[in-house]
Amino acid sequence: MTTSLRRAAVLGGNRIPFARQFGAYAEASNQDMLTAALDGLVARYHLGGEQVGEVVAGAVIKHSRDFNLTRESVLGSALSPSTPAYDIQQACGTGLEAAILVSNKIKLGQIESGIAGGVDTSSDAPIAVSEKLRKKLLKVNRAKGAKNQLLALTDLRPTDFGIASPGNTEPRTGLSMGEHMAQTAKTWGITREAQDELAVASHRNLAASYERGFQDDLVTSFKGLAKDANLRPDSSMEKLATLKPAFGKGENATMTAGNSTPLTDGASVVLLGSEEWAAAHGLSVQAWFVDAETAGVDFLHGDEGLLMAPAYAVARLLERNGLALQDFDYYEIHEAFASTVLATLKAWEDEDFCKNRLGRTEALGSIDRTKLNVNGSSLAAGHPFAATGGRIVASLAKQLHEKGPGSRGLISICAAGGLGVVAILEGA
Amino acid sequence: MAFDYGKFVQGGIGKQLATALGLPRPTRLRRHDPKGSLVPGAVYVTGHGDAKVAHRVSAWLERAGVPIATSPSTSVAALVLDMSEIETPADLETLRAAVAPTLKTIQPTGRVIVIGRPVEEATSVAQGAARRAIEGIVRSIGKEMRAGGTANTVLVADGAEDAVEAPLRFLLSGRSAYVDAQVFHVATPVAPVEDPSDWAKPLEGKVAVVTGAARGIGAAIADVLARDGATVVCVDIPAAGGPLVEVANRLGGSALQLDVTADDAGAKIVEHTVSRHGGFDIVVHNAGITRDKLLVNMDADRWDSVLQVNLLSILRMNEALVPAINDGGHIVNVASIAGIAGNRGQTNYGASKAGVIGMTSLLAADPTIVAKGITVNAVAPGFIETEMTAKVPLATREIGRLMNSISQGGLPIDVAETIGFFSWDASRGVTGNTVRVCGQMMMGA
Repeated sequence: MTTSLRRAAVLGGNRIPFARQFGAYAEASNQDMLTAALDGLVARYHLGGEQVGEVVAGAVIKHSRDFNLTRESVLGSALSPSTPAYDIQQACGTGLEAAILVSNKIKLGQIESGIAGGVDTSSDAPIAVSEKLRKKLLKVNRAKGAKNQLLALTDLRPTDFGIASPGNTEPRTGLSMGEHMAQTAKTWGITREAQDELAVASHRNLAASYERGFQDDLVTSFKGLAKDANLRPDSSMEKLATLKPAFGKGENATMTAGNSTPLTDGASVVLLGSEEWAAAHGLSVQAWFVDAETAGVDFLHGDEGLLMAPAYAVARLLERNGLALQDFDYYEIHEAFASTVLATLKAWEDEDFCKNRLGRTEALGSIDRTKLNVNGSSLAAGHPFAATGGRIVASLAKQLHEKGPGSRGLISICAAGGLGVVAILEGA
Repeated sequence: MAFDYGKFVQGGIGKQLATALGLPRPTRLRRHDPKGSLVPGAVYVTGHGDAKVAHRVSAWLERAGVPIATSPSTSVAALVLDMSEIETPADLETLRAAVAPTLKTIQPTGRVIVIGRPVEEATSVAQGAARRAIEGIVRSIGKEMRAGGTANTVLVADGAEDAVEAPLRFLLSGRSAYVDAQVFHVATPVAPVEDPSDWAKPLEGKVAVVTGAARGIGAAIADVLARDGATVVCVDIPAAGGPLVEVANRLGGSALQLDVTADDAGAKIVEHTVSRHGGFDIVVHNAGITRDKLLVNMDADRWDSVLQVNLLSILRMNEALVPAINDGGHIVNVASIAGIAGNRGQTNYGASKAGVIGMTSLLAADPTIVAKGITVNAVAPGFIETEMTAKVPLATREIGRLMNSISQGGLPIDVAETIGFFSWDASRGVTGNTVRVCGQMMMGA
């Protein structure tokens, strides 16, 4: 049993373009999309018939039949059927958490290679019957004999009939994620103008990355879609200014459909491996998966914003690695909403927050905004919940590889339930 | 469903009509079967004078286990006629005397292959005239042959006899189903001719790059090269990524998304093949587009985009590919009948494809290429049944299908098989050739 850890390498990735809800992937299931993302990765890295150490992925919105979603996708892919797989779920942190798990096993020497990913559909969503109806139907099922079953059936009332489809509301508050974020945006005084600016930059950066061929070996077309359907290369402050607020009330209603991510469908996967495995497969290391951290915040009673957990996770991660917030060449802060990114940045700049909430002696400080989401982020690409982590890891790893060895990147992803998942990559 | 004349006349009222009116009824062509025999019957081998090349061919066929006939009195599958030693046009009588009775008894999908010598090497005017006459005769035979039969010429340079087996193997086999009335030039090999250890896998251990591999003829090329043993790097534009992945994974190859017109396209191909596959032996420049308009209405964009994708990109990519390709490798370009005969509304396309033919012969003679032992050849497809031609209006489509000696369109696999043949290490005597895969289409020279 070895005690010293080895390094885990990010070798590349693949995703299908993200589609808007009920768009190009309206008929595609999570399994269809995850399989397509895997097949694209297999073709790009010549892994046909290969037994990979482990495939770890998940979806936030899942049908009950998809209990073994990742394994089923592996079986339908060009990978060897002897490749093991398992599902995880950590809301919007799913994709990044999968990469953390795979990289940890590689570091421990338990696997030589692995694929991490995620998928989500907002179009092919599961629909359940109302809770009352479900309970009564189960009672009918439990009843013994036709007579008792009929008796149980008579218990059904017209008002019991209803369907429940998943929404992005917090189970404990009944508020949508946007409504939660609107509260945080108000707390931090995030302006409409600043949010729109961030959205425009996201669209321009993503469009430019396609233009310069950066996405050529990160994305594989699916169902006739070759680029993210949500991307608006000609997005502008003027156009965004015309949009009506979608969340919040009165003067504080700064969040619109333009500076919030739309519901999207898509899948992404990342290939990780040991240095030796990469060399044996003729693959160049893009980046090293250095370290990761997760955090949870008490948004129910603790007076903290639902999506503020990454602010805490990053502070702890920097502390452990002896790094300052300014020690990075690139920052990937997931744009759940433009205001999420801006509130997080503001919190790190705020001495009071950093002292009282993060327990630091001083503020983390500000970052060079030209290093933020340089190839666009979720506002432009869209955000199929579990697929966002894989998109970011693969894209950042490539960007760091272009920058050169020793370059550093920070990933920050907020998630429902007051969760945050963050990680550090280092260019190779 | 679209009307298909070829299928209509295969049975029922269509067959009766066609027979009564004397209309053509296309024969189901014999195509390569990896498990089948090279030729479905005996090969009649004869020649003029000492017929030394014919003796070599007989010895080779015997080794290959192909039955040899000494006369066409019983039905034969093919005729190989060695006319390499003719001196004057009077000697052509040998050809008439051998071919005439053979045409009566030859099996459906039969082959007539006439071996000659290059006109340029003739030692007298009379000999040159006789040598050139062969091409005229064989082209006419191609038009007279029935039931899917083909007639082709193989011109062997003096001293290149060792290299004649590969084109003969190709022409006798089902791989050449839609190759008719072509002239194959066999010269002193650019590198030693090497037979594969197993002719069922002539490309075993080779790495091939195919551009435009996501669909149509490109996908068929990738299929054939992989079937014959090669590891295929499938290249196409990112927008075709989905279908490209399907092709690559089906073949156990790899997919590389790039725009062939990008400045670094060649460098990216080299990087991918060297790091993932340890290098490459075969390059097939297949990617191509059409932007049709009559010349009077042709704008600069349509003109430029077609020339960029179909011709200039190949020249640019070759700057990176030629130094990197393994010695003894093969480059194959996809030209078009439109580059030979021209086509209304396709001045840009015709320019690019004729340019490909010119590039092919010049690159083949390039000192770097010759020093590395690389062959460079081109195929020029005629009417090939693809998604693209399925969209052509009915009348035009049927004319395209029937305006050739075999009375049907070719299949993508027919183009692919010819490219596969150019990629054999046994074909190293064949370079600088442009071979049409057109069933002897009436268009063009």
